[in-house]
Amino acid sequence: MAVDMDLEALLRAPAIEMAEYPPKMITLANGKKMIVRQADIKDVPVLLQAVRPTLEIPRDYYDIVGARLYAELLGWYRHRVRNEYCLVGQIEGYLVGIVNGRMVDKDIGMSYHTLAIDRGLRVGSHLFAAKMEYHIEILGQQEVWITAESPIGFRRWMIEYGLIKQEGVQHELGGASSYKLTRDLYFETKPRLVAGKRPVSKRFLDEAMDKIMVADEDAISEKICGVKGR
Amino acid sequence: MRQVAIIGAGMIPFGRRDEDSLLDMLAYASLNALDDAGMGKKGVDAVYVANMGAGILQHQTSVASALVDRLSLIPAAADAVENGPASGASAIKNGVLAVASGYYDYVLVAGGEKMREIVGWKATDFVATMTHPEVEYPYGVTLPGMAGMFTRLYMEKYNLTRDQLIAVAIKNQKMGALNPYAHVEMIITREGIVDDPDSVVNNPMAADPLHLYDMCPVSDGAAAVVLCSLEMAKKISKKPPVLVAGFGQATDTHTLQERDDPTDLKAVTLASNQAFEMAKLTPKDVDFAELHDAFTILEIAESEHAGFFKKGEGGKAVEKGETSLGGKFPINMSGGLKARGHPVGATGVAQVVDVVFQLRHELGKDRQVKGAKTGFTLNFGGFGNNVVAFVLRRAE
Repeated sequence: MAVDMDLEALLRAPAIEMAEYPPKMITLANGKKMIVRQADIKDVPVLLQAVRPTLEIPRDYYDIVGARLYAELLGWYRHRVRNEYCLVGQIEGYLVGIVNGRMVDKDIGMSYHTLAIDRGLRVGSHLFAAKMEYHIEILGQQEVWITAESPIGFRRWMIEYGLIKQEGVQHELGGASSYKLTRDLYFETKPRLVAGKRPVSKRFLDEAMDKIMVADEDAISEKICGVKGR
Repeated sequence: MRQVAIIGAGMIPFGRRDEDSLLDMLAYASLNALDDAGMGKKGVDAVYVANMGAGILQHQTSVASALVDRLSLIPAAADAVENGPASGASAIKNGVLAVASGYYDYVLVAGGEKMREIVGWKATDFVATMTHPEVEYPYGVTLPGMAGMFTRLYMEKYNLTRDQLIAVAIKNQKMGALNPYAHVEMIITREGIVDDPDSVVNNPMAADPLHLYDMCPVSDGAAAVVLCSLEMAKKISKKPPVLVAGFGQATDTHTLQERDDPTDLKAVTLASNQAFEMAKLTPKDVDFAELHDAFTILEIAESEHAGFFKKGEGGKAVEKGETSLGGKFPINMSGGLKARGHPVGATGVAQVVDVVFQLRHELGKDRQVKGAKTGFTLNFGGFGNNVVAFVLRRAE
């Protein structure tokens, strides 16, 4: 698609430089190793391929989370969201989860979405924790604004972290209630909620970096709804 | 009294069944059991339905009346049985008595519960309604909390170790992953839930010393059996009938604190002994068991109190693999409550269904206890204050 770069320059918001998220490896309950790493903007087309099947899955609000995540990733790819980032979880190269957010300014982070493809292993929880780690420890921010669109999200974020409700504060995702994680709260909850080891051995990192592999649509639906549909 | 046999057994996959109502689930399981019995158009005389919480969870009562109508079994007699998590086995016991007495010839017993339409903490609160309303519930005690305290005492008295509890969890999740009816589809490893530092997050403390993977999941599900006299079963059944060789039921104090020794599960011992006595068998005659492992500790404690192992030896047996498939005494080859799931009203019936499948030698090699002839079930209500046990035998 031809792009008029003069006009495009006006449409693209200036970005703040963001430190890179250092990859880490998490051992899951089934013993498998999940690599959590930062996705590159060039990875977006393959990520969209993984998100697309969720648009048809109403279970646990995957459809709305998927639809919004799809738009956010596309917005990042087409340079219409400022300072967006995306972290991915991979097991043996396969994509098992995605989280994203953006840096509002040097002090405030905006958490967007968490989408777990492999379920029952706390993949979503581990990735959300990685997202908080990124904002607080790597980007050095003071607080992260968070909302939830599913009861599972509410249980995992608002309750497990004891997030602070922000009356009258508008989260970028719309009218849902807004909560925040402060630096103090993060470090208080870190020992029980943030997992992972660094550095990641070359073998595991090479496997993850080589290619983001995506299961086929049926397999993604099955993973989300359960092998036996439950 | 007539000897009673199970001629039909059926269940539906446990788990999260958003699309089904409680009645749907009970009906599906019942139809599976009736089909399995091969009764054709022959109706049943009576239906017993085990359910603990439809009145609270679904705002629905009289589920037995609703089920006979749904199944077009009118005018069969219909009774609902509520006995906490032991409702399933209690309902079967009542069905067995009805057939044994000669009053009814064919009885359907179904058990079901729909627990996943409420969030986890509400499910825990619902189950806690079985605790003492004056001296336990108001102080916030829950069943996981009781199990944690019980485990701590058991560890002190019998040198039970966390490794032994972990061995139960790993074994049962492995078996559940092989069971098409099980809720939990996932194996777990010792590395992932204990040894690796990340296990702190994967397997958090739930009720000290019990962790997340020491607990059964909250499940939807239903199971059913069809009973008749052994004599009739031999005439009409195309599959090997399973004889209800013995059963027992015993109670204990409502609160744990009133027991002389809270680690002594007297009702488990009494109910098991009654069942063995009626069957004219001993624990040594039993090939395998389905025990009520709502918490990993319970599988070990019940295996000892029912007489399969000496006190303090049950945990060691799990660690040594003696309770695994191929071991001396396999326990919970269904995955148990830990992995098959625990829809409370369904559990006691599901345990019997699993034993029937085993005794008819219908399972794959990866779950079938070789040459199984005699099985045992134990359904544990409250915190051991109402326990029902069955000894079941393959009728040749």
